[in-house]
Amino acid sequence: MKYGLLLHIARSLMLARFKQTMVAAVGVTFSITMFIALLGFMNGLNQMLDGLVLNRTPHIRFYNEIKPNPDQPIDQSEKYKNYTNTIRSIKPTSSRLRIYNSSAIIKTLEEDPRVLGVAPKVSTQVFFNVGSSDISGTISGIDVPAENDLFALSDYVTVGTPMDLTQTNNSIILGKGAADRMLADIGDVIQATTSRGDRVQLKVVGYYQSGLGELDNIQSYASLQTVQKILGEPPSYITDIQVKLRELDLAPSMARDYAGLFKINADDIQTVNAQFETGTEIRNLISYAVGITLLIVSGFGIYNILNMMIYEKMDTIAILKAIGFSGRDVNIIFINIALIIGLAGGTLGLCLGYLAGLGIDQLPFETEALPTIKTFPVDFNPRYYLIGGIFSLVTTYFAGYFPAKKASGVDPVDIIRGK
Amino acid sequence: MDNRKVLEAQNIDKFFYSPVKTQVLKKISFSINRGDFVSVMGKSGCGKSTLLYILSTMDTSYQGKLLIDQEIITDKSASYLSRIRNEKIGFVFQFHYLLTEFSVLENVMVPGLKLGKLNREQLEVKAMEKLRIFGMEEHALKKANQLSGGQKQRVAIARALINDPLIIMGDEPSGNLDKKNSDIVFGIFKELATDFNQTLLIVTHDPDFAEKTDRTIVMEDGRIISH
Repeated sequence: MKYGLLLHIARSLMLARFKQTMVAAVGVTFSITMFIALLGFMNGLNQMLDGLVLNRTPHIRFYNEIKPNPDQPIDQSEKYKNYTNTIRSIKPTSSRLRIYNSSAIIKTLEEDPRVLGVAPKVSTQVFFNVGSSDISGTISGIDVPAENDLFALSDYVTVGTPMDLTQTNNSIILGKGAADRMLADIGDVIQATTSRGDRVQLKVVGYYQSGLGELDNIQSYASLQTVQKILGEPPSYITDIQVKLRELDLAPSMARDYAGLFKINADDIQTVNAQFETGTEIRNLISYAVGITLLIVSGFGIYNILNMMIYEKMDTIAILKAIGFSGRDVNIIFINIALIIGLAGGTLGLCLGYLAGLGIDQLPFETEALPTIKTFPVDFNPRYYLIGGIFSLVTTYFAGYFPAKKASGVDPVDIIRGK
Repeated sequence: MDNRKVLEAQNIDKFFYSPVKTQVLKKISFSINRGDFVSVMGKSGCGKSTLLYILSTMDTSYQGKLLIDQEIITDKSASYLSRIRNEKIGFVFQFHYLLTEFSVLENVMVPGLKLGKLNREQLEVKAMEKLRIFGMEEHALKKANQLSGGQKQRVAIARALINDPLIIMGDEPSGNLDKKNSDIVFGIFKELATDFNQTLLIVTHDPDFAEKTDRTIVMEDGRIISH
C-alpha cells in the first residue's frame, strides 16, 4: 500500500516530465539495442571463426609417437639402477604408428559418460602423381558417419557428400587446393604413391574446402577401409583415435588419465589450440567493454535528467517531506523513477536488439574461404539478453542513486523559507 | 481532558551559524492547549517562522525541549518525526505548495495514503467531505495549477485536515492572498476552531488577523514578549 503510493508519485513525476523521461529511456533503449546487436554479431563471428578450427579438432587425440624408448636397458639393470647413466645417440626403436588393442580402447572410451563420440582414423602420407611431378598430401581414412557427426565434415565438403566415400570403392574426397593443382574433376581417377612405394588408383568423388588454404592443399579424405587397403594393413589398423567430449574443459585432465591408462600419447585441444581460446577471450572482452561503455554513457544521461528533475521538483520534495514523507520515501521515489526508465528502456532495447540481430542475420555474407556461410552469423544466446537486462537495471539504479540521495537530503525548511 | 496540552516548548534556543553565529530564538517557552486558536505575531525577522519550523519538527537543530501530545520529540529519529508530521500535524504554507503533478483530490488524499489507516475508497470519500467544507468539491478533478491562489490555499487547508491532525500550523497562510481571500481563509480557520474544536497555530504579521484569534503570542527579537 505504502510502496504503491510511492510508485504512484514516481509515475506522476515522470508523466509531468514525459519528454525528458522519454529521452532518458530512449538512451537506455539505444544502448541496450547496440549491446545486444554488437555482442550477438561479434560472438556469431567468433563462433564461426573458432568453429573453423575447433569444430574439426578432436577434443582429445590418441596416437603413437615415434620416439626413443625412455626405458633403456641400462636403467633396467640392478647394478646400474642407482647411477646416472649417460647414453648417446639413442635411436627410436622400430615402434609402429598403429595403436595396439584399438578396439578395446574405443570400447572403453565409448562407455565413458563424459564422451560424446569416438572416431577412429588412419592417416598416411602419399604423393599424388601428376604427370612427371609429385604433389605431397595426407589421406585420412575415416569412419565416415562418425566423422560427419562429430566434426561436421559435410559442412566442408563443397562438392559431393562424405557418404559417397562409403558407396564407391577406392574413392577419395580431394582437398580443393590439391584438386585444382591436379586438375582433377569429379569422377576422374588419380594415382597416388604410398610411403612404402605402392601405387594406387583412387576415384575422385568430392572436394573438401575448409577455408584454411594450407590445409586444403594437403588434406584429403578416404574411407577407413580404403586407406587400410592402400597400406596393406588389416582392419584393426588404426593410427589415431579422436574423441569429442561433452565438456570441452575436461579435455586436459581426461587426456592425462587415459594416456597413462592406455600407455599411448594423448593431446588435448586446449594445449594444441591455446591461441584460439585467447583470441576468443580477447574479442569477447572488447565487445563487452564497448557494450558496457554504451550503457554507462546512457547511465550518465539518466543521471543528468534525474538531477534536473530534482532541481525542478524541489518544491514537491519539500512539500512531501513537510506532510510526512521521510527521506527514505523520497529516495525510493527517485530510485523508482530511475528503475522504471531502466526497465522500460531496457525491455524495449532487448526487443530491438533481437530484431537488429535478425536483421544482421539476413545480410548476405559470402566469401570463398567460408563455403558454408551465406549470411552474417549472429549468436542469439539468451545470456547476452540476461546480461543486457541486468546491466540496464544496475546502471540506471546507480544513475538514480546519487540524485535520489540528494533528493532525500533536501531540507524542506530551506525550500519553504527560501521562497 | 479538554485542556490537555497538545504542544509545549521548553526553553528553546536556536542559533544560525552562517554567516556569523546569531541567536534567533532565546528561551522560548509556551504551551498550547487543545482547541486553542493561537496566532504568533511579530515583525519580519523576529524569528516567528523559525519557531514554527522547530515546532513542526522539520527543523531539528535547536536546544531545549519540544513536546507534542505530551511526548518529548526532541532528538527523535528523522523517520519518527516524519510519522509525527504525517499523523499529528497539518500544514498550511504561505505559498500554497500543492503538488502540481496531481489533481486536487489526490493532493488532499496523499497524506492520508501515506498514513495508510484508511484505504483509497474511504480516503476519497473523506477527502471529498473536506473539500465540500470549503466549497471546493466541484474542482476536485482539476489539476492543482488550474486553481486560483485562494482556491489553492483552501485545498491546502483541506489537505492539512485529512488525517484529523492534533494541530494545524500555518505559516502566513493568508500572506499571499488579497483581502477577500484572506478573509475567507480566516473564516475557515475560525470555523474549524469553533465548530470542530481544532487546535490551530498560525504565524502572521497581520495585526487584524491576529486580533481575531483567541490568543496571540507576540514575538520580538527572538523572545516572546506577551502570550
